[in-house]
Amino acid sequence: MDLAPLFISLKTALLATVITFFFGLYGARYVMKLERYQGIIDGIFTLPLVLPPTVVGFFLLIILGKNSLVGKFLLQFDFSIVFSWEATVVASTVVAFPLMYRTARGAFEQIDHNLISAARTLGMSEEKIFWRIILPLSWSGVAAGTVLAFARALGEFGATIMLAGNIPGKTQTMATAIYSAVQAGDRETAYVWAGVIIIISFVIMILMNYWSNAQKKVNTAGWVK
Amino acid sequence: MSIYVDIKKSLGRFSLDVQVEAENEILGLLGASGCGKSMTLKCIAGIVKPDYGKIVVNDRVLFDSEKKINLTPQERKTGYLFQNYALFPHMTVEENIAVGIRRPKSEQEKIVKEKIATFYLDGLEKRYPGQISGGQQQRVALARIFASEPDIIMLDEPFSALDNHLKWQMELETMKVLENYKGTILFVSHSRDEVYRLCDRTAVISDGKLEVVCDKKEMFNSPKTLAASRLTGCKNHSRAEKIGDYKLRAIDWNCTLTSSIQVPDDIKHVGIRAHYLEVCSNPDETNQLNCEIERVIEDTFSMIIIVRNQSQTGIGSEIVWQVEKNQWQDLNSRQQNLLLRIPENKLLFLN
Repeated sequence: MDLAPLFISLKTALLATVITFFFGLYGARYVMKLERYQGIIDGIFTLPLVLPPTVVGFFLLIILGKNSLVGKFLLQFDFSIVFSWEATVVASTVVAFPLMYRTARGAFEQIDHNLISAARTLGMSEEKIFWRIILPLSWSGVAAGTVLAFARALGEFGATIMLAGNIPGKTQTMATAIYSAVQAGDRETAYVWAGVIIIISFVIMILMNYWSNAQKKVNTAGWVK
Repeated sequence: MSIYVDIKKSLGRFSLDVQVEAENEILGLLGASGCGKSMTLKCIAGIVKPDYGKIVVNDRVLFDSEKKINLTPQERKTGYLFQNYALFPHMTVEENIAVGIRRPKSEQEKIVKEKIATFYLDGLEKRYPGQISGGQQQRVALARIFASEPDIIMLDEPFSALDNHLKWQMELETMKVLENYKGTILFVSHSRDEVYRLCDRTAVISDGKLEVVCDKKEMFNSPKTLAASRLTGCKNHSRAEKIGDYKLRAIDWNCTLTSSIQVPDDIKHVGIRAHYLEVCSNPDETNQLNCEIERVIEDTFSMIIIVRNQSQTGIGSEIVWQVEKNQWQDLNSRQQNLLLRIPENKLLFLN
């Protein structure tokens, strides 16, 4: 059996999670600082979560396709995103981003505002406040967001198939492999990939719960949030 | 060191309008909860932006709406002690103190050590805020403020979340560490006792407006406004009208009162402290009230008698009389009526 979909999926999901982690944190911080148009920007950032993934994929095709500005620019380097492996990463990142952004923002907003005010009056720079106060205090929320983003990226199907296609050995992930297998009447392969996805997702969730319980114990011993 | 504040801010229905100046002293800001005391401090610290006005600390302009100056909280160098101390829960005591030091890294360790010693925190350096007592937490918060070398210190209800016995101890400790501070301290509280014990001068804030700034003794002996009188603990107030140079009519109490000093023209309210009322022995005396007893409440060290001038009903007409327990026993008061007297020299004239 060809294991390529497993490796492509894991590689894609990992890279997408790393990118989404930083974009999500930055996005949450940016939106919280906005004084105007917060609702609109928040809406745009959350849109990929509620739109059908095919719609996201369709717009990504338009934005990144060969006739687009970005597409033309990349063509100068003899590169095209559409139907490349990188496209799976782009699709997964965009779809997973709102989960990271929302959870991070929720966690940031939970922090006692006096702590941030105190840090400011004490002269800490905004950058330092973010990395040394806000992030450590919302760590469990941020971690939860990261796990959710990873799980979402791992299972991404709609936008991926639109933008990256379903090319075996190149852009075929486990999710798209199941689709191909079912279409070809190959139930056995479909079962295998479905099982693998379920196991990976389940293990992550269990580890997550275990970790957050352990974290709670540390908190009650050390500091109470 | 000194501070000058003149700010206005409106927030929906609430509006803040404060002018205050202070030298190197402890200035108390006394007011009921929600009156805008904390908001004033937050404006000074730069956490909240006033709509108009000017804030100057030690000749440094922190905020000026006309010149469009609005320094960030970081640049303002104000020390703000939050009611819940706002210690960073994930940092140890020494990390909390080090966070605010505005000097090169090489000096940090020395300053932390020094503050640990000054604020009696030896042995707690590696503890987290959740592992130390409330009193220790407050000392860490003060140490952290002093380590950042602020130009002014602001204390926002530092004792209000504490039990009574702890409060007293903390007050003593806080005084001890603040004694050596040479700059301006603004102390916000709703407790007249705290303000009286800790401050030199007092300002009263009522409903967003700063009413009076004066010496605390003057404030407590002869408050000038209804809000000030209430905050200094006077329990009996009535609307009043001047009817003669030494005579006034107390509308809510339904009686005419004689005063030993001249009644001001702009009098709006009259007040009498609960423990100044006297039992009347001679029926010919002035300022008599023939009272009906409404309720008798036994307090810790005295009796509180709620009475009402006969023929008078409705909310606001009650008069509270505080009397020693044995005096009350001597009166053997089973009776429903009581003849009380308001001493002529104890009336408070308020506008």
